[in-house]
Amino acid sequence: MMELIEPFTEYAFMQRALVGSLAVCLGAVPVGVFMTLRRMSLTGDAMAHAILPGAAIAYLITGISLIGMTIGGLAAGLLVVALSGWVSRSTHLKEDTSLAAFYLISLALGVLILSIKHSNLDLFHVLFGNILALDNAALLLLASICSISLFLFALLYRPLVIECVDPLFLRRSGIASALAHYGFLGLMVLNLVAGFHAVGTLMAIGLMILPAAAARFWVTKLDHTLITAVVFSFTGCYVGLLTSYYFDLPAGPSIVLALGTLYIVSLIFGGEGGYIKRVTSKRHLEA
Amino acid sequence: MTIELNNLTLIYDKHPAVHHLSAAIEGGDLLAIVGPNGAGKSTLLNALAGLRTVEQGKITGLNPDDVAYLPQQTQIDRSFPLTVTELVATGLWQRIGFHQSIGNKHQTQCEQAIAAVGLKGFEQRMINTLSGGQMQRVLFARVLLQDRPIVLLDEPFNAIDAQTIADLTRVIQCWHKDQRTVVMVSHDLEYVRQHCPKTLLLAREPIGFGSTQDVLTTDNIKRAQGMVEAFDESAPWCRKEAA
Repeated sequence: MMELIEPFTEYAFMQRALVGSLAVCLGAVPVGVFMTLRRMSLTGDAMAHAILPGAAIAYLITGISLIGMTIGGLAAGLLVVALSGWVSRSTHLKEDTSLAAFYLISLALGVLILSIKHSNLDLFHVLFGNILALDNAALLLLASICSISLFLFALLYRPLVIECVDPLFLRRSGIASALAHYGFLGLMVLNLVAGFHAVGTLMAIGLMILPAAAARFWVTKLDHTLITAVVFSFTGCYVGLLTSYYFDLPAGPSIVLALGTLYIVSLIFGGEGGYIKRVTSKRHLEA
Repeated sequence: MTIELNNLTLIYDKHPAVHHLSAAIEGGDLLAIVGPNGAGKSTLLNALAGLRTVEQGKITGLNPDDVAYLPQQTQIDRSFPLTVTELVATGLWQRIGFHQSIGNKHQTQCEQAIAAVGLKGFEQRMINTLSGGQMQRVLFARVLLQDRPIVLLDEPFNAIDAQTIADLTRVIQCWHKDQRTVVMVSHDLEYVRQHCPKTLLLAREPIGFGSTQDVLTTDNIKRAQGMVEAFDESAPWCRKEAA
């Protein structure tokens, strides 16, 4: 039994990794739940790529600097959100197309900039995060992003729900519709930046989507889904970190794979539309 | 309060969807908008709801905050995990906004609205388990909760069974009795003759406006049906004076 706790009591870096990843999950997973409900899972993936050049430019200027790369990532992500939103609202292009256009430009720029500095190790750091090397400043940053994100999420919760179910209903209330839409995309960028410090740009989205997708196989109501998804994400981080410790595997992919396992288990055994349930429950009531 | 439509023209890609329409909708009117497909009925309703810009002419006497608008059901994501009560409660949005809590008073209003549309016992059902008719009842309950002086309904009884139509018609009649202005788009001429005192017959151009009996004559209906659905690409520019 001790093996399950020992790494976290013995080693400060494991404690930090656990606290950091839990902070990221607490902020990011509720946003992830809404991304799956709004069919925006892949939008998130695009956005994760879009923040790369911001982080890369900041890295060119400041080196591996926590604050610098955070600001750079945020700036690039928000710029892509604003530009693609503006194009889709003022031209005939749909949002997915305009977003794809800007994120691809952004991604190409990011890879180009990173290659100028020729260091594969640094590139690796940006792409896969370094959850096992979080210092105090990084922890503080993740906790702050988590707090801001939860606060904004609570504030936007009502218009966001209405915007998802019945966008026309909200559009009549003027500013709230735009606030819900852009506010949500902003939340997505904020949490992706937090996620990229932990598990890297490419896997940050897994932290948001996988627990949300898994939770939907167990519960139906929205509030239950939010809570279940957060609990799932905590479990995934804990199991992932433990696996990475004992089998000497990189932490980011271990966490995402633990979450992936949870998702596949839910897919098969989930009580709400899981595979086995669907195949076996053919019984029905009389009325 | 009278809503004045003053020489109103609404345009899609240079072609008029509603062409030089003038009408006065008086406070407390129960008005049907009738006409063939493509006649501009929903476009007009959208303009009244404040959801599209008015290219020419004017709508006066209409405050967007006074309007409860029920569009056609296709706009709603039925797979979103909300209960009946939660969806109905979104009708409180204009009153409670981002942060005001839902108090006992609001909860009671919510329950009353659900009961008024005949859905007692459905409060905790998920909306994705409802039939089309039940969903329309839920949306009527939301309009009840919005509690606005002007109600706009876009083909509310499309593909709805007779019992549901009868029940929801009672709700509409209550609104009419309360002196609310109700404007509904409908294809069912029989229904309109029976329940709506006033009618606007639209075929892009206004064919008739006034008491239903006077408007829905065989002649007028024939004229409306004669509307050519396709836009005329070689039509000259309209020279009628703008208001």
